[in-house]
Amino acid sequence: MKKKNIKLNVNGAFYEMEIESRITLAEFLREKLFLTGTKIGCESGVCGACTVILDGKAVKSCLILAVKADGKEVLTIEGLGLEADNLHPIQESFIKNGAIQCGFCTPGMILSAKALLDESPEPNEEDIKAALAGNLCRCTGYVKTIKAVLDVT
Amino acid sequence: MRNFDYFKPGKITDACSLLSKYGEKAKIIAGGQSLLILMKEKIVCPSCLVDITEIPNLDYIQYDNKGGLRIGALTTHREIESSSLIKERFNVLSEVEKAIASIQIRNVGTIGGNLCHGDPCGDLAPLLIGLEAQVKLTGFESERLVPLEDFFTDYYETVLKEDEILAEIQIPSLLLSGGQWYSKCSPRETDPAIVGVAVVASLESPDGICRKIRIVIGGAGPVPLRSKKAEKRIEGNRLDEKLIEEAAKIVKEEVAPVSDIRGTEEYKREMVELLTKEGITGALEKVKK
Repeated sequence: MKKKNIKLNVNGAFYEMEIESRITLAEFLREKLFLTGTKIGCESGVCGACTVILDGKAVKSCLILAVKADGKEVLTIEGLGLEADNLHPIQESFIKNGAIQCGFCTPGMILSAKALLDESPEPNEEDIKAALAGNLCRCTGYVKTIKAVLDVT
Repeated sequence: MRNFDYFKPGKITDACSLLSKYGEKAKIIAGGQSLLILMKEKIVCPSCLVDITEIPNLDYIQYDNKGGLRIGALTTHREIESSSLIKERFNVLSEVEKAIASIQIRNVGTIGGNLCHGDPCGDLAPLLIGLEAQVKLTGFESERLVPLEDFFTDYYETVLKEDEILAEIQIPSLLLSGGQWYSKCSPRETDPAIVGVAVVASLESPDGICRKIRIVIGGAGPVPLRSKKAEKRIEGNRLDEKLIEEAAKIVKEEVAPVSDIRGTEEYKREMVELLTKEGITGALEKVKK
């Protein structure tokens, strides 16, 4: 029972794999599927760099056991847009607004923004601040990030 | 994190029998938003995890005037925060939920898990004790109701027996002419409380005679603490500014905070006094509305 077989959908592709019970979803995505767009920062649910969308909801994948994602759908930054000519409007807006410095927090920020916009397509500034409160940026501030999300439409 | 056996039972009785089989080696996992942090730090190293999230009928919010509010233990913070029923009838609970961690954590973390974690700085326990909540504990062949006030026994310890699962939180209907308030002192709004104070009061008449009050403090001892001395001092009296000042001083003396990384004992007492004043005043204003 220390190993479990899990089946899940990641970015539209189906995976089945036997994994150790103890690995987190963040570790699973990075080390088993090599989807290293999901970043691991604090590993304690604070920084939000590992944010992914699980069954439509933003979650911190460092605090989700991979076995818990069995039967579920995961969206990572790789599922939004990988190529320069194929980016998601949120990604375009982050670039246009210069809402990126080192980029480490960006995948998490964008997925939190995606979850927000899926739920309420026209959020105000307060909604955006609440949605991004769990994503820390240590390079710059949040002004451009908020503007980038406001600009997506 | 050390490895463990992972079970995901589909029935509450199966979960209870696993818990009783593995005893203290087992831990229940719901959202896991508190437990996994402790497991990563190797503060808790269970050799068996019983995931209860597949058990049906533990995720609901129901209300009727007679029975009050019933919340299934697996209801997430986000579900409570966004529930129109709770916004309408227990708005204070909705407001407190909004300031717990981040949306990502609230999407996963459950009310039952929050209470069973037994963090003395948790925001929900003081408020729910103020609201006279009870918890339904289901065991392999047992079921009991425990006032939340008696649920916590020490830092991160509760009365839960090895085979028991917290299944439901019950909150009685609010009294008419009542007001509820919770405020916490924390570096940022969504940070854990250094100390937090809940005040639930109801008035006998519009002239301010207090019929009933509960003042509950978190972060100022091993478990959430009711300041019964201050409550007794207030009940039956007119709640004017002088009495509020006096009550807040009593609360400040009655709590037992310890100095730690979050603040010194003196600082916490000062903050408890301040938040108590704010809490009583806030609750009174809500009565008037």
